[in-house]
Amino acid sequence: MNTTAPPSLAESELYQDLVVEHKRAPRHFGHLVAPTHQARGHNPQCGDDLQVELDITDGRLRDIAFHGQGCAICIASTSMMTEAVIGHDVDEARALQQRFRGVLTGQLEPEAADLGKLVSLAGVRRYPSRIKCALLGWHALMHALTPEIGADEGATP
Amino acid sequence: MGDRLPRAAAADAFPVLAQRVHGAPLAYLDNAATTQVPLPVLAAMRRFEEHDRANIHRGVHTLSQRATDAFEQSRAVLKRFVGADASHELVFGSGTTEALNLVAHGLSAAGNGAAVIRPGDEIIVSGLEHHANLLPWQAAARRSGARLRILLPDAQGHLHRRDLKALLNPRTRVFALTACANATGERPPFEALLALAADAGALTVLDAAQVACHAVPDLSALDCDFMAFSGHKMYGPMGIGALVGRRAALERLLPLRLGGDMVEWVGYTEAAYAALPSRLEGGTPNVGGAVGMAAAADFIDQAGRDAIDAHVAALRAHAAAGLTALDGVTVLSPGAAPSAIVSFVAAGVHTHDIGTLLDERGIAVRTGHHCAQPLLERLGCGPTTRASFALYNTHDEVDRLVAGVAHALDVLR
Repeated sequence: MNTTAPPSLAESELYQDLVVEHKRAPRHFGHLVAPTHQARGHNPQCGDDLQVELDITDGRLRDIAFHGQGCAICIASTSMMTEAVIGHDVDEARALQQRFRGVLTGQLEPEAADLGKLVSLAGVRRYPSRIKCALLGWHALMHALTPEIGADEGATP
Repeated sequence: MGDRLPRAAAADAFPVLAQRVHGAPLAYLDNAATTQVPLPVLAAMRRFEEHDRANIHRGVHTLSQRATDAFEQSRAVLKRFVGADASHELVFGSGTTEALNLVAHGLSAAGNGAAVIRPGDEIIVSGLEHHANLLPWQAAARRSGARLRILLPDAQGHLHRRDLKALLNPRTRVFALTACANATGERPPFEALLALAADAGALTVLDAAQVACHAVPDLSALDCDFMAFSGHKMYGPMGIGALVGRRAALERLLPLRLGGDMVEWVGYTEAAYAALPSRLEGGTPNVGGAVGMAAAADFIDQAGRDAIDAHVAALRAHAAAGLTALDGVTVLSPGAAPSAIVSFVAAGVHTHDIGTLLDERGIAVRTGHHCAQPLLERLGCGPTTRASFALYNTHDEVDRLVAGVAHALDVLR
């Protein structure tokens, strides 16, 4: 059986090496000892289900962890998110989420968004059915940062 | 390998299949969600819309009479298709979901008299069901004060007569079951289970949506009060379906849609409903859809039910064997009695990623919970990837599916 066809568009655009590597070995995967904030992101359509935990002191994300299950895009995006926001101010994390979301929903061009490594996920914008996968962990992060709208179940993209 | 269908002729009849997706020939393996429509069915619908279209019943003009004849002729064709006799009737609706809602609502809502299902009664629903044959019964139980009980499958997803026996009692009013689980491809022994429930005095409900295209149940040989199926899963159009059953049982249903065409007489404060089938067909029906659904039944019979059934079962067996051989892949209901559905999970790889990578190779499958969340949780497997076959699919497409899944596992692991 031939499984060695040339890489498809999805492989070069969606499943880039960095993305697959984060899926295989997600960063900050697990629990914090004493989270100050947390929220769940859940997509009942596909079963993706994540919990994001934060340690916020003086407006800064001192630590972050996540656990749960999801597709490669969902896990990789959340893993890369933890690396991008750890040690940064809450306001910076919010701004990054805005730019990342803007790129995936087609409102911002990737080159103009200053996404750093997260630009590896920009290809998701060409797969409308997968955008919610890439945003799930980010929704959970935003809900954790805004407990009054966060509750527990609210983070549906 | 069981190929008794003239493949070229079969595929040529379906114009939508002759296209490439992402540069590869389309392999359409999402037939459990909806099948494609062949030229003879499209032609029948077009003929109706171009020559006979009018509203049915009571019209004195020629087109209205022709449309009425076309609608009633379609009813007759479909009754014959499922082995209905004079003791049965068939009513049209939008599909299986509406038909099952009509039954569950019609037995549990009180009209002028008390509802058929009363407080303290029991409703048994199998644990294999699509949400369309579960949620209406949850609502019916709440509405009527009845108790909802679930006939749970074993760890392999099989249902057993002894488990149903243990649930049945004099308070059992309804037993609802699928003829084939859409999420796993499991084909329960529905003939025996329905007979057991009927013996215990329950009304029996069969969801035949997944079998109408290749192994439609024969009502004349079945202890079945209500059977539901859809046009769009049997090579017919979307938005049309049928509820067929024993007249005596259908007459017990409170109509769901009140309005035009379902009345004997109407006053400002009260009305008397018409006899079957009009009683349950309030409003202008989808006449063109009914014509198409009947044409689809004729198409199936011309291709040969047994030939189609043997063909899709062989494709399913081929796919199950090929997928099981892949590292870390588990096929649900691996030894399912002949069915057209193969559903599987791959350790460490999510179904959405598999689905996207298969689509890149022109292979259309469905991913997720397949509207059967409780069943997949019960089987402990979460969302799955599902391929489902129709008469136009080929063993070459099964090979492409297996190779595509193997490749997706390589990329993602």
